[in-house]
Amino acid sequence: MTDDLNDLKAMMDKATPRPDAARRTANIALAQKNFADLQGSRPELRPTSATGPKGLWTGVKTMLHAMTTKGGLATTTALVACGFLFLTPQAQDILRPPSAPQMTVTEFDRVAAPPAPLPETAAIQGATIDESREVFASPLPAPEPELNFANPSRPTTKQLPQIASDAQLGVSESAEGMMDLQATTAAPALRTAPSAAHSLTAAPEVSGARRVTAPTSQADDPAIALAPNTESFANADTNPFKITAEDPVSTFSIDVDTASYAVVRSSLSRGALPPADAVRIEELINYFPYDYPAPDADEAPFRPVVTTFETPWNADTQLVHIALQGRMPEIDARPALNLVFLIDTSGSMDDPTKLPLLKQSFRLMLDQLRPQDQVAIVEYAGSAGQVLAPTAASDRTTILQSIQSLGAGGSTNGQGGLEQAYSLADTMREDGEVNRVILATDGDFNVGLSDPDALKDFIAAKRDTGTYLSVLGFGRGNLDDATMQALAQNGNGTAAYIDTLSEAQKVLVDQLSGALFPIAGDVKVQVEFNPAQIAEYRLIGYETRALNREDFNNDAVDAGELGAGHTVTAIFEVTPVGSPAQLSDPLRYAPNTVAETSDELGFVKLRYKDPGASVSKLIEAPIIGNSTPSTEARFAAAVAGFGQLLRNDPYLGDWGYDEAIALATANRGADAFGYRTEAVQLMRLAQSLSR
Amino acid sequence: MMTSDEDLATAAAAGDGAAFASLLDRHYDRLFAFCFRITGSRSAAEDLTQDICAALPAKLASYQRRAKVTTWLYRVAVNAAHDQRRKRATYANATAGWGDWEINRTAANADTDEKLDWLITAMNRLSDDLRDTLALVLDDMTHAQAAEVLGISEGTISWRISEAKKALRALKEQEDMV
Repeated sequence: MTDDLNDLKAMMDKATPRPDAARRTANIALAQKNFADLQGSRPELRPTSATGPKGLWTGVKTMLHAMTTKGGLATTTALVACGFLFLTPQAQDILRPPSAPQMTVTEFDRVAAPPAPLPETAAIQGATIDESREVFASPLPAPEPELNFANPSRPTTKQLPQIASDAQLGVSESAEGMMDLQATTAAPALRTAPSAAHSLTAAPEVSGARRVTAPTSQADDPAIALAPNTESFANADTNPFKITAEDPVSTFSIDVDTASYAVVRSSLSRGALPPADAVRIEELINYFPYDYPAPDADEAPFRPVVTTFETPWNADTQLVHIALQGRMPEIDARPALNLVFLIDTSGSMDDPTKLPLLKQSFRLMLDQLRPQDQVAIVEYAGSAGQVLAPTAASDRTTILQSIQSLGAGGSTNGQGGLEQAYSLADTMREDGEVNRVILATDGDFNVGLSDPDALKDFIAAKRDTGTYLSVLGFGRGNLDDATMQALAQNGNGTAAYIDTLSEAQKVLVDQLSGALFPIAGDVKVQVEFNPAQIAEYRLIGYETRALNREDFNNDAVDAGELGAGHTVTAIFEVTPVGSPAQLSDPLRYAPNTVAETSDELGFVKLRYKDPGASVSKLIEAPIIGNSTPSTEARFAAAVAGFGQLLRNDPYLGDWGYDEAIALATANRGADAFGYRTEAVQLMRLAQSLSR
Repeated sequence: MMTSDEDLATAAAAGDGAAFASLLDRHYDRLFAFCFRITGSRSAAEDLTQDICAALPAKLASYQRRAKVTTWLYRVAVNAAHDQRRKRATYANATAGWGDWEINRTAANADTDEKLDWLITAMNRLSDDLRDTLALVLDDMTHAQAAEVLGISEGTISWRISEAKKALRALKEQEDMV
């Protein structure tokens, strides 16, 4: 009879019409409108008479309906067996175990106090956390909410500040409502006081806040207008072509952040092209490890290599590829680390891709630390609190237990937490050690940040005392990329965006030493082009890193750090004099400023400071004409092209995704960790999405 | 590389509008095809799909990560169809969809494939339960998945399918006699 079904299926497929395109669009728009309307307040589904109240009778009917003979037999047999076990004295002996009951003992159970009976609030938190655990199944089955209460170092009055901050937010709700919620059973309280539940269930609070701050600038695009989110990205207009004769010097700071690449990946893998502002090309390029020649032992801490080759997207221009390779110091001889984790535990962090991923990421990182390293943890949610006093990294169980004990709830107070983290870092400071605060957040600085500039100044002042700041971003929808960038840049640290556990592996394990050990500070690049050779030039990326020409020699001006083993790549597209690609006509009456002709295309100057030093050193290198590009340089060029495609930059002409994919595929190199292969996949995704 | 349906649905349930849009975009065609199979009429299917789309955002709250998104979506569709049928007064009205389709089809195309006639009659013959079940199974769902959608046991699904086959076979014999 299966043939019949197949026939029927074939017929059915034939008979099924295509959905009407207009209706399809209308229906999807309707659904999106309803979806947007629902945000902010999400009432329960109204019970209809179709389903009716689920009473005992309905339940029995459903059971009888669903019961098969096999199931019925199994159930009745089980009933008889249970009766035997509990009602006869012989069977009671079977139940009694010969020894203590077997329990699985984990790393945590050894130190954790026996779980107390769960208060109601913990039950609610537990429910949401359990949800998330299904996704990021934790290898260590530690009871998260219980530890909130078992750990004596935790502030026990955590709920009170949350009420206060909710009131500040304008969520209309009384403290009594909060007490009700704690005192009565969860479900009715949630129903009668939905706003009181905000501090416990993340989603409504987030969406509520979004309503208020949703950007309206894109209202003309229905798809975006219907999906408000508060992500903001730091970027500036694409660097234009500059005329060498008028403005021969380009000055910028290096950038070793990688956050933009992860954001792009996260967008593409969910099936949407990233917002153009989210694409910072230099971060895309610098995401990948490159195998540039390493500096010699007695040289400067990094080595610049300059190559010039034909632009893939324009045969009439050339790319000047400037590569810096930082020295990888002896890992064994590295100084001790004092790390203060500053962890955002606001309600918005209650998401599988945020707090649970963060916990797992830090567990990965912990394995990279040495016994002499010290770790402390501060959380911020409403009011800042120290979760873990400075502890030697060898005391894994204590640290892991503290990480596990973190739970999301309340609103964010970035500054209070930062102050506490820095003062903790100050107490851990010792000569010759590296101090760093690692801020992990979804970008939510929604309480206490009245003046972003004041916060930046605070971080910059702390940077000058030797405590640096790195920022790890988690989750989408709330990501305040601009603030993260600003904080990390002012804190001499890196900003990385962690969307998957493998990204955590890359940032916190494979490249940990680079992220934590600066080998050169305030690295600035200044390139002067020779107007006799180069008519026009433009810097690809680094829009947010531009410096003034005079800043180059001013040691007081801050710039990016180069970490141990880091590579930094900067690419210029230059148009030689007389090339048909030249955009501007040469001036007829321009004075001939080029007194002597030189074959050099330009001159690269680099300034850096040794860690802790206040006076910079200078490295110089000329840019010579055509040289053969390495695989690494070609791949960097492919990524630069990819970034420009994503940003819709106007300089690529007919060069498109096909060419970018071909170029990247051909130059993947060894690619031990598969980063470049992944990039090719992203290019293909972007290609499909852009059609 | 694609974000899973389940991730999208979880994100959407948490208020991510972009995730909701791409989720619906992925599944709209399949949803419509399914609606057609259980209603038997293009216009009824469009209406049913519209109802589902309108109600879907509110229903998202009931989405549990345990279930596959497709399973959940089919369940929503079956329930919506059930509600719609309940609104109609009589069985005759409930099966009018296939009747309309028949009229429209004959008007539009006189010499249609005989097999399609047979399909229409066959689907008309079946009871609502059998038709829903058959629609699910014809949509490449296993008996276990269909059972999860309809909230009944796998055994019942198998029984319904064999009933449906019996009915179809009876129909075929009837035709052969004629």
